[in-house]
Amino acid sequence: MSSQKKLVVAHAPYWHDGSKISTKNYHIMIAALPAVLMGISQYGAPALGVIAFAMACAMIWEVVWNLILKKPASVGDGSAAVTGLLLGMLMPATAPWWVIALGTLIAIIVAKQIFGGIGFNPLNPPLLALAMLVISFTGIFDFNESLRHYDLGFVMTYPLADLKAFGPDAISKFGLGDLFMGRQAGAIGSTFGLGLIVGGLYLMLRGHMRWEISLSFLAGVFITALLFNLSDSAKYAGPLFHLFTGYTLIAAFFLVPEDSSSPANFIPMLIFGAMAGMMTVLIRNIGAYVDGVVFAVLLMNLCNPLLDKIRPKAIGKVVENA
Amino acid sequence: MIKKSFIGLVKPRLQYNLIPDQIRDLPVPSKVILLLKEPENGGRASALKVGDAVKTGQRLSAAPDSDEYVISSVTGTISAMAPHVGTLGQRYTAITIDAGSQDEWDDSFNKTPTLDTGLKFFEYAPGSPSFKAFADPENTLRTIVIAGMDQDLLLTANQCVVQNEAAGIKSGIDALKQMTGADRILIAVPENLVQQANTTGAEVKVVRATYPNSLPHMIMKDVIGRVVSAGDTVEDEGVFFINAEAVAALGTAFETGRLCVTKVVTVAGKDGSTTNVRARIGTPIKDVLQACNVSLNDRDRLILGGPMRGAATYSEDLGLEPDTDGIVVQDDADSAQTTDYPCINCGECIRICPVKIPVNMLVRFLEARLYEDAAAMYDLHCCIECGLCSYVCVSRIPIFQYIKLGKYELSLIETAEAANE
Repeated sequence: MSSQKKLVVAHAPYWHDGSKISTKNYHIMIAALPAVLMGISQYGAPALGVIAFAMACAMIWEVVWNLILKKPASVGDGSAAVTGLLLGMLMPATAPWWVIALGTLIAIIVAKQIFGGIGFNPLNPPLLALAMLVISFTGIFDFNESLRHYDLGFVMTYPLADLKAFGPDAISKFGLGDLFMGRQAGAIGSTFGLGLIVGGLYLMLRGHMRWEISLSFLAGVFITALLFNLSDSAKYAGPLFHLFTGYTLIAAFFLVPEDSSSPANFIPMLIFGAMAGMMTVLIRNIGAYVDGVVFAVLLMNLCNPLLDKIRPKAIGKVVENA
Repeated sequence: MIKKSFIGLVKPRLQYNLIPDQIRDLPVPSKVILLLKEPENGGRASALKVGDAVKTGQRLSAAPDSDEYVISSVTGTISAMAPHVGTLGQRYTAITIDAGSQDEWDDSFNKTPTLDTGLKFFEYAPGSPSFKAFADPENTLRTIVIAGMDQDLLLTANQCVVQNEAAGIKSGIDALKQMTGADRILIAVPENLVQQANTTGAEVKVVRATYPNSLPHMIMKDVIGRVVSAGDTVEDEGVFFINAEAVAALGTAFETGRLCVTKVVTVAGKDGSTTNVRARIGTPIKDVLQACNVSLNDRDRLILGGPMRGAATYSEDLGLEPDTDGIVVQDDADSAQTTDYPCINCGECIRICPVKIPVNMLVRFLEARLYEDAAAMYDLHCCIECGLCSYVCVSRIPIFQYIKLGKYELSLIETAEAANE
């Protein structure tokens, strides 16, 4: 039986919903834009420089790694660009170039590629890089110190640092509206609450992000902070203050629901998010660090494989000896 | 191809095609190609040879006592016999019959509805009902489910039959009862065919119109209320599934004394338009496509079956098989391309899996060829093979292919172990 026409044979299914990793990552970058643009409008060219340099560096490290290991180029999937963008958003506008280069190196090579690349990283790459940088170069990530030359027309002290040093009395100068609209000192892309929420809602509605993790993280932060506040309001700040300051919102929408390092089943997602939120407030209120998000999320990343073992019984599964 | 909706928060809902097109009859082709399964001991077809004259409805088997046979769908002479290998390595003999001008009916078919008749004449009927399940003494099949809804998307062959041949199905059900002794006969149809289904006399059950609700395992769970255990077949649960078309074929055969040698098939072109045609079993697919004005070019895909579960084939010279419910032609540009990207753990597959398999973990084990672990820990055998995980995969991993491969490799291991004992 010979055929004139050469047909392509493949395995079912022959339809696909058209989703792609690159599309997903481009949408994440689009969703991050409002917060990034706000940061750039506040801090000007230096902020733009940090973001652009971080993205460029991250992509270059990915290309270099692929060349060294003779692996197919993976920079086109947008994953490295997203990592660079998010790391840039977590940095102060004054971050020196070598910190950015080093940070993206850690995020791309140490956090992602040595584990096998996209999909294999057990920890969130931008957060692991940030954790290492924060521990190594405390001064650069002390926002009061690094932003001391800026005066943008609002209170230029880092709200969480004030809270840690002087207690809730010191934070009455921050209006919640100001915090929400980005009129607070902090990292380039993490202060504009409204922009982050809009971006996050966009990702949730388009199905590029797991809403369960985001919402349970926010709920975890809110409830834990509320409990602390109720127990002793003279010592602990209110829940909304915790929601709108530091890295809470950027983490909720862009860092905690990172695909590879978070669970995929429903109940584990809720536990994961809620525990990360709880740890965040615990570290902020009774821990040593000013902002607990970084370590709280990394800690929960480590629990992810265990958490994801909680899963529904597959339909038809036969449990023996049960 | 149905793309992801703009609001991606909701699960994609793939709707079955519920508007059966009218059936158009195709003329008798100039030749038919029938695939005769080779007996397991490898004996070649000795009872048949090139040049033999055959009649319409004649039972052709490799040896007089062989269980495997085909039913000739035309009157003519055997012009060629060639070996043919199926997708999973099954061996067949491809029998080409040049059709004469007039149908002459073979009269060996007797009209007594017994199981023996079913085994002897209806295994090659349209829809390929497997009466062997009744002959197996280990199974007691008390319930028969007539599938009045096609299993795959786009296809409407069985719905067409329910709509147009309810009377045939009614007499087919009577014959089925006598042949098998089953006491409960259900017919599963979409909502819009309930009226027609009511006239067949079977217990009517409505199947929701979203994929994969008409797969046998889903019907078992949702309609009958019994969950099929992992690795078991629906027959192990005492339920026999048969296509509506096969029941109608039974009915007509026992009424007229002539076996049904035609098959209703849905043909879907590149633009997604569908037509239903009735053609002789064994009609070359090329002829069917030509009759439907569907063009086929190099690098296109020719899919036998539906877009989710069908099998792409390499040649349009193959014949229409009795279990081919659809022929889908897909343009090169529209075909889903798979990649070797790793799983990024986004969880889309977990959310869409109808049987709640942790697909993200399963695919990691399958990629590493740890099939036994995949079956023991991550529910490989629970899979009902709907293909939705591959459909939604962001990394475009051929998950469904890995699953089928895993099951196949495990079956090979089991066969080898059984042989060693």
